[in-house]
Amino acid sequence: MSVPQYRKAAAIALVAGVGLSLAACSTKSDDAAKDASGKVTITVDCQPVGAQKELLKNWNDDVAEFQRQNPNIIIKSVSVGEQCNNPPDFTARLAGGTVTDVFYGYMTDLQQVLDSGQAMDITEYANKDTVPTWDSVDPALKEVFTDGGKLYAVPVKNYSMGLVYNKVLFQRAGLDVNNPPKTWAEVREAAKKISALGNGIAGYSEYSAGNTGGWHFTSLLYSQGGQVLTEDGKKADFNNAMGKQVLQNLKDMRYGDNSMGSRQLLQWGDLLTNAGAGKVGMFIGAPDATQAIVSQFQGKFQDWAMAPLPGQDGAAKATLGGGEGYFFKKGLTPEQVKAGLKWIAYQKLTPGKGQLDYVRAKPQNYPVGLPQPLLFANGSDAQKQELELRKANANVDTANFAIFEANPVPIKGEPRNAQAVYAVLDAAMSGVLTNPNANIDALLKTAEDKVNQLLAAGS
Amino acid sequence: MAITTVPGTTRPPGRREPYPSTRRRAGLGRKVRDNLTGHTFLIGAVVCFAVFSWYPMVRGIVMSFQRTRRGETTWVGWDNYTRIIDDPSFWTAWKNTFYFTVLALVLGYLVPFFVAILLNEFRHARAYLRILVYLPVMLPPASALFLFKFYAYDPSEAGLFNAVLAALHLPTSEWMQSPGMTMPAMVLASTWMNMGSAVLIYLAALQNIPGELYEAAELDGAGIWRRILHVTVPQTRLILALLAMLQIVATMQLFIEPLILANGAGTGDSATSVAYLIYQHGFFQNDLNGAAALGVIMLVVLAGFSAVYVRLTAKQD
Repeated sequence: MSVPQYRKAAAIALVAGVGLSLAACSTKSDDAAKDASGKVTITVDCQPVGAQKELLKNWNDDVAEFQRQNPNIIIKSVSVGEQCNNPPDFTARLAGGTVTDVFYGYMTDLQQVLDSGQAMDITEYANKDTVPTWDSVDPALKEVFTDGGKLYAVPVKNYSMGLVYNKVLFQRAGLDVNNPPKTWAEVREAAKKISALGNGIAGYSEYSAGNTGGWHFTSLLYSQGGQVLTEDGKKADFNNAMGKQVLQNLKDMRYGDNSMGSRQLLQWGDLLTNAGAGKVGMFIGAPDATQAIVSQFQGKFQDWAMAPLPGQDGAAKATLGGGEGYFFKKGLTPEQVKAGLKWIAYQKLTPGKGQLDYVRAKPQNYPVGLPQPLLFANGSDAQKQELELRKANANVDTANFAIFEANPVPIKGEPRNAQAVYAVLDAAMSGVLTNPNANIDALLKTAEDKVNQLLAAGS
Repeated sequence: MAITTVPGTTRPPGRREPYPSTRRRAGLGRKVRDNLTGHTFLIGAVVCFAVFSWYPMVRGIVMSFQRTRRGETTWVGWDNYTRIIDDPSFWTAWKNTFYFTVLALVLGYLVPFFVAILLNEFRHARAYLRILVYLPVMLPPASALFLFKFYAYDPSEAGLFNAVLAALHLPTSEWMQSPGMTMPAMVLASTWMNMGSAVLIYLAALQNIPGELYEAAELDGAGIWRRILHVTVPQTRLILALLAMLQIVATMQLFIEPLILANGAGTGDSATSVAYLIYQHGFFQNDLNGAAALGVIMLVVLAGFSAVYVRLTAKQD
């Protein structure tokens, strides 16, 4: 081949390569919803990552068993790594139109999913035929995923926050592990004693970055009896005595007592890393925070216990509840929606199966016996079944959560536009945790202005 | 009257071409045929730029004038721009970004220049020292920043910098948790991470300066500072100006430093940069249109600096 011919061939090959690459990048699904044999295919995200070997095997076993029971349905699992726990990644996939047919989201994501125009109304499909335990699912959770009377997602996890505390540090500090703090004043006293142990131990630890500061401010405000937004959701409602009390409590512990450690601007992984290393006496969290401490941050289950969220002068007035669900992508065929619902029902909402298969989970390094997920309504058949199975197969000491379970605090949902509001409130939290001269009034006023502005903009 | 022809053409001078379009087409066709290989090779680059650079840019500009709610997109004129400008963090972010840029110019621009001059003076182990200076550039930026975050900037006495300060009986700092130290600390980390490339470029420029100039200056009694001021700086003026422009454009896109070192906004917005504010609007506030508007504003500002860069490059050519 002469040189010019060689060049031309190379050029053509290059163009063909680019064309093929672009074709490969195309987001168009290469799977027909229903193939010639009449099988329905759906893609589902949040398959556990490879590092979570047991969870991944459980998931794959569930898919195999589900497909055996439903030979006309094909489940294509998609692992999106940490994207299931990372709001920016979720936003990117949503904006890029690359979410799967059935996709995971937080309870706070409904507005964003609706705005993206990618949510499918599944009201007419979600019933006992597709989800056998549907009537037992807590109506309050269905309400969270409902807008204008239309249901857009199926709840698969729910939690409420309490006071998570390290029993070992409590004992070392001479505190009674069976009598954890009930008020913020008691938390302050306990934190002082724990931090006096030295060695970089924080008596109480708190978030103040990556939206987690605002998330916890909300929970602390609920404990005071406050709310982040007015009832109509149109104005900020935290610049008041209760909001000030929340920040004052933290400022007193951080700078008055020096009982919160020097490292601040913490977000989820930072605090739990410290907790796993035995450097945190108390923090606010959901029961599964202990699971993360053990499975991701090398902590030990037996070291941790949980109490209800403290209140200012007595029991907390309310605590924050949140959770997760699976949305359905707009444009799915009725067969695909039904197939997706059946899969969610099998893997997430059937006692004894999938995430509620406690017999399988018992020998694995994942906790059975935590007081969550709170998916089923009180007194419902599914709840009774789930609780019995949980109790029979518990692999953690349920006594560690007995105080939390025996003293339920009213659960309050997250505010409208929660992630945006949390991002603003991070600044108020970081303000009191990093500046001894922080002006609480000014911090709350600035946050109030910003939240009002973003609510007015409808963003 | 004799008709003269211009060599290489058959067209009589002063007469209009009888069929201009046909001739032009024939000319164009021949040009395309002659350069077919070149054009074919270009297609790949053009397609890549079009798909991955130009289209997103145009799309971003269009989005900045739109609003998407409940899956419906409407034109909203300048609404996104006014809303973004009214955001209390908007001016803070610009102030922070310019502050970082100025600090980065002072520290991140001068330090590599003087390090290069110093390295240029070494007679031995020059290659070894160059590798040493360039080493941080090879570290992934996220890893380098985590090193700073967890070891150097730890606010307790256990932190590397605080341990050194304490050993010298100097006051310690809370580094990223102190609003006053946030920007200097980010510039310090950023300079350490990035100065290797600038040092190598300066070194190359320094080695192009004829040695006779220094000898002549020395004979005239010039000391080290006068030699730097009157020989080194004028001889590397163009490179210095180019790198300054590149540095401004790069530092104004400050993002990964606040994201990792300050976990985002830092204490009371002290670390919020324009790029981080774009990220916050786009990915946390369900406001991709507002993020696009802010992106366009940033594009306009950076385009101004880039225009200066293009002029300087043209001069060099």
